[in-house]
Amino acid sequence: MSGYLAGILAQLAINIVVAYSVFLPAAAGLLNLGAAGFVLVGGYVAGGLTSLAGVPLLPAIAAGGAAAGAIAFLVSFPILRTRGVYMVLATFAFAEVVGGVLLNIPALGGASGLSVSAYASLPVVLAVTVLVMAFVGWLLATRFGLAMRAVHDDESVALLFGTNLRLTQVFAFTAGGALGGIGGGLIVHQFNFIDVQTTGIMFSIFVLLYVLMGGTQTAWGPIAGALFFTLVPEGLRRLSATIPALGFLEASRYIVFGAAVVLVMMWRPEGLVTRTLVEQVFGALGRRPERDSGRGPERDLGRRAGTRRETSPPLDTAPRPEAGDG
Amino acid sequence: MEILQQLVNGLMLGGILAFVAVGFTLTIGILNFLNFTIPGLFMLAAMTLWATSTPGGYPLAWGLHWALAALAGIVVCVVASLVIERFTYRYMKAKYRDATEHALPLVSSLGFLLIFEHLAITLWGTEPHRAALPFADSDLRLGGLVVGVPQLISLGLAIVLVAFLSTVLSRTRLGRALRAIAENPDAATLMGIEVNRIVPVVFVVTGAMTALAGILYVASYRTVTPFIGDTIATDAIAGMVIGGLGNVWGAVVGGLFVGMLKVLAINFFGSEIEKIPVWGLLLVLLILKPTGLFGHTAIGREKF
Repeated sequence: MSGYLAGILAQLAINIVVAYSVFLPAAAGLLNLGAAGFVLVGGYVAGGLTSLAGVPLLPAIAAGGAAAGAIAFLVSFPILRTRGVYMVLATFAFAEVVGGVLLNIPALGGASGLSVSAYASLPVVLAVTVLVMAFVGWLLATRFGLAMRAVHDDESVALLFGTNLRLTQVFAFTAGGALGGIGGGLIVHQFNFIDVQTTGIMFSIFVLLYVLMGGTQTAWGPIAGALFFTLVPEGLRRLSATIPALGFLEASRYIVFGAAVVLVMMWRPEGLVTRTLVEQVFGALGRRPERDSGRGPERDLGRRAGTRRETSPPLDTAPRPEAGDG
Repeated sequence: MEILQQLVNGLMLGGILAFVAVGFTLTIGILNFLNFTIPGLFMLAAMTLWATSTPGGYPLAWGLHWALAALAGIVVCVVASLVIERFTYRYMKAKYRDATEHALPLVSSLGFLLIFEHLAITLWGTEPHRAALPFADSDLRLGGLVVGVPQLISLGLAIVLVAFLSTVLSRTRLGRALRAIAENPDAATLMGIEVNRIVPVVFVVTGAMTALAGILYVASYRTVTPFIGDTIATDAIAGMVIGGLGNVWGAVVGGLFVGMLKVLAINFFGSEIEKIPVWGLLLVLLILKPTGLFGHTAIGREKF
């Protein structure tokens, strides 16, 4: 495999991990515009451990994830007191504070960023990514995943049906933070560098955008979003490099991405990959996931009458068929 | 004296922040929409002013008189703002009724922010440019204090414009319509207010205010890059929250406060600490008293 392809693949894998860190809270109805904060915590903890304390790579990445998860748990209680726009701003402010604090720790490089020598090779990155994907897929297939969806769709009704609102949201936020930390550990060891500048406001915005663009209804959405975000700008760059007449695409590739976000929000406000789409795909493959039927009436209308389920799905924890590989 | 000079500097930075914060607070107060295109509009006005007033060497470098260039910046921003209104707020409203329910306008506005920033990067590159404006060196010296004239103008203009805005909002027919929309768009429609004709007014005012802020920024600091909007707008958001969402005078006070806080923090603790006091304060405030100092409790709640 060429170094170029390996680089793209590693970037894609990292983008998927970071996407899931925003996806988990989003799936429980919490918009997190502070992805950079958790990525920074995980990256600096993991990088600091390998470079300053000589800890092996994988334990360091795990520790980074744990640290980010712990911080996410602690801040989730105050942050969950806020709602709507205030929550977007609070997570955003949190990331800025994390960046500001890290900038002032000279042992971790301060403004010049943290450089590490330990290297996470492509197989390591991919293995961690697959683990993260399996975890998210499993989580969504559990009763807890159902609770997250219920909370996302309607907090009051979820509460009425006995869902532990606070627990669900705190857990979704914490797990998201931990995944962000793992993503940070991967970033710092794949690129041997992390700093507050590149993992700043724009980073958080990009992540939130491609996750919402991919769709937060299923675990496939963030993958689609990360694929789009990684491959489309890169493809445009390659295109401009090979065809001189398209040279303007080199600089303007993120204009295309921005326009795509606006258009997707207009035409597919629930994201590129929706539950209905996943269902149709799996239906075409002859193994429609049966537990995917408990959604709003407006989507039931869109389904063909012949595929309508006969009985209500049991509220147990039977895993959805598509969950394992998502 | 040193401290006094820093306070003056903070007040001057705060004047620009106040401008931007008023733009944010108007859209959020009336439409319940956190307009993330504002950093892009701010930068677009500043870059347009620089580019069109430069004699040559760059796209759109027409060598215009600075006043015409400033006007071009404002026009570009107002037009862009109307495009944003069409593709974020109005579209969502028409298609999904309660536009704010899906967080869609917020996300689309982030998309527009990307478009604007990378448009500027495509046209003019990422390196900083220096605008040659005639009045940039005019500093007033008042008994040892150095006061920049452009900053003084921006502070004065901010106060005058906000006074005008708040009069419009509280006294005129248009203001009453806007407040009705802020309270309940559906009820406003029933009362005969043409929401689709009134809402663009908010976007025009926001675009023009933000453009003015960008122009005054260039006049004060002269250096432009495609990224100037990010820091200014995030600080303005902090100012808006401190002042209370939806309150124009609160935005002015909050903007001035953040400006002074930043300048003083840099003065006492060095430039690398600047983020912590502003954002730390904002985080604490959001958690303890999310309505800010003068905010209304209903705004921004339950919705995105």
